[in-house]
Amino acid sequence: MSGTETTETTNLTLVQAVRDALHDEMARDDRVVVLGEDVGVNDGVFRATEGLYDEYGAERVIDTPLAESAIAGTAVGMAAFGLRPVAEIQFMGFIYLAFDQIVSHAARLRTRSQSSFNVPLVVRAPYGGGVHAPEHHSESTEAMFAHMPGLKVVIPSTPYDTKGLLTASIRDPDPVIFLEPKSRYRASREAVPTDSYTVPLGEAAVRREGTDVTVFAWGGMVAPTLEAAENLAEEGIDCEVVDLRTISPMDVDTIVSSFEKTGRAAVVHEAPYTAGMAAEITATIQEESLLLQEAPIERITGWDTHYPLYASEDFYRPGVTRIEHGIRNAAGF
Amino acid sequence: MRGDSAPELRQILDEDGQLRDDAVVPDLTDDELLELFRMLKLARHYDERAIKLQRQGRMGTYSPIAGQEAGHAASAFALSGDDWILPSHRADIASRIRGLGLEFHLMYCMGMERGNRIPEDTPVFPVTLPIATQIPHAVGMAWASKYMGSDRVFMPYFGDGGTSEGDFHEGLNFAGVFDTPTVFFINNNQWAISIGPDQQTKSRTLAQKADAYGFEGVRVDGMDPLAVYQVTHEAIEKARDPPEGELRPTLIEALTYRFGPHTTSDDPSVYREDEELERWEQRDPIPRMETFLRDTGRLDAELLETIEQQVADEVNEAIDIAESVDRPEPTNMFDHTFAEPTPRLQAQREELQMLREEYGDDAFTH
Repeated sequence: MSGTETTETTNLTLVQAVRDALHDEMARDDRVVVLGEDVGVNDGVFRATEGLYDEYGAERVIDTPLAESAIAGTAVGMAAFGLRPVAEIQFMGFIYLAFDQIVSHAARLRTRSQSSFNVPLVVRAPYGGGVHAPEHHSESTEAMFAHMPGLKVVIPSTPYDTKGLLTASIRDPDPVIFLEPKSRYRASREAVPTDSYTVPLGEAAVRREGTDVTVFAWGGMVAPTLEAAENLAEEGIDCEVVDLRTISPMDVDTIVSSFEKTGRAAVVHEAPYTAGMAAEITATIQEESLLLQEAPIERITGWDTHYPLYASEDFYRPGVTRIEHGIRNAAGF
Repeated sequence: MRGDSAPELRQILDEDGQLRDDAVVPDLTDDELLELFRMLKLARHYDERAIKLQRQGRMGTYSPIAGQEAGHAASAFALSGDDWILPSHRADIASRIRGLGLEFHLMYCMGMERGNRIPEDTPVFPVTLPIATQIPHAVGMAWASKYMGSDRVFMPYFGDGGTSEGDFHEGLNFAGVFDTPTVFFINNNQWAISIGPDQQTKSRTLAQKADAYGFEGVRVDGMDPLAVYQVTHEAIEKARDPPEGELRPTLIEALTYRFGPHTTSDDPSVYREDEELERWEQRDPIPRMETFLRDTGRLDAELLETIEQQVADEVNEAIDIAESVDRPEPTNMFDHTFAEPTPRLQAQREELQMLREEYGDDAFTH
């Protein structure tokens, strides 16, 4: 943690931590504006912008027409012209309408202009499944954004990290895709400092120390991974759990040093298997530590299918049983 | 001056269900008029039951339709033969009129893919949730159909919010340029979740946006079933056989209102006033149509009771079907990614089967 030293905390859910970060940054910097569908009078469909409209008014908390491409595109313009926009896409499944603006323009303007323009933009979107949502509401296609140069991709898993990472994202001079695991929005509370603080982008966190297998996860997969790790401890498998927190840029040092301690690894993500982030992590480990590798690296992921409607989602999304199974494979090889 | 091109609001029944002085009743038989009324009643009753199913945890998120029955039902009623609709997530009754049983929509809302497995010869496109994306699809289908020498008409449904999306403008522009037989139907229910008309557009009407694309825009009282039927009927005729010098497409703006929330997850009291709702409830399409049918001797208490019973039976039957179909086999998700599964998909399918056998299905669901 960096920034103001504080001892005062409040117990917040993850979605309240989003709101807290937005509130504090709007108070601190009047260049920060929030825009998107229903973010104003309605306080956001998940209440992530609760109270902001009342406090900061319609000029800074902007209810837009229903148009994802225009939300992202105008936010690029605002950012290039000196504001610090935080754009909300209501569900990640609708972000593709904004994809061109994000990847062709937000990500590229610095390069295109040789740094004469930059895009200090945050695009927030709830992502992932586990809440029985309708079609297009449960995907986790973070790898598409991680694949694009010029974008940072941040995915918190706890309320504390959410406030610190979102604050850091808003202050970052480059565009950040900030993906919020909606299965965790109200799943737990945690003591969160009332003052502002940042959690640096690009740094992973070791959530559980262990000696046998390193398990990498982020966002909505961290909680079931920790549960699996506790269950496996009873079987005598001691897992180290690393929460990536930022998948681009990736914290190679933490990934490699944890792997070198255990020599075995599994990666857990909700996104499909092929060309997912697990492939990137696996390749990185092999480049850096091939001779220390004692087992194939397990990829515990969604299947290469579309995220099914909710009656089947438990069979798509890795749960505790599948995570345990994969870790056992890595441990027992 | 702004709004110069705003078309007038078409109406046949006034708010009390009386024929307006200058109005002509559409050319429908008594049976057809009663069937249209039955569809309005079916939509209202289905809506009430669907909301209860969601509240009871028997179904996922649902988008209520109350207030908009006429916009969906009377427009679909004007289609014929194998004319297609491309429904929005609220157009269940339009799909029902085009031949898709209500159980399909229920299954979809219960999280089952088979709700979107449209039976052969049913001219209904699967529901799509991203907004306005079905508009270019409708233009493409109409274009293809015209190329193949058919006189079918294609009608996408969407809301006022959808008119702000790029796909709306790009789709309508193509429709004009390529003169496709497409009728664009806006159910302008005034609210895109919490965003009201003034924040959605500064055009005085949505219908006049058609001007920019070179074809006609029509504005109709979307809670007047007879007027909705009539303007849609005229647009369909024009799409099939346009008068010399005119284009086939039409943009219809049906002025309506959703009485309930955007979805069962939404609370409209946060962003709109009760008195606005009360004002719109005065225009409720169902009593208006009932008054008209009674006053013209087409409907009496006995027939009304019969209709209400038929409607209740149909909804009960749809719920029974939806709740009694087998839950989807989890491996179904592998069957429809490609025509032929890839080796990797085949391996993943086998892996899931192995995990189910080793741990049992209960291990996945808690």
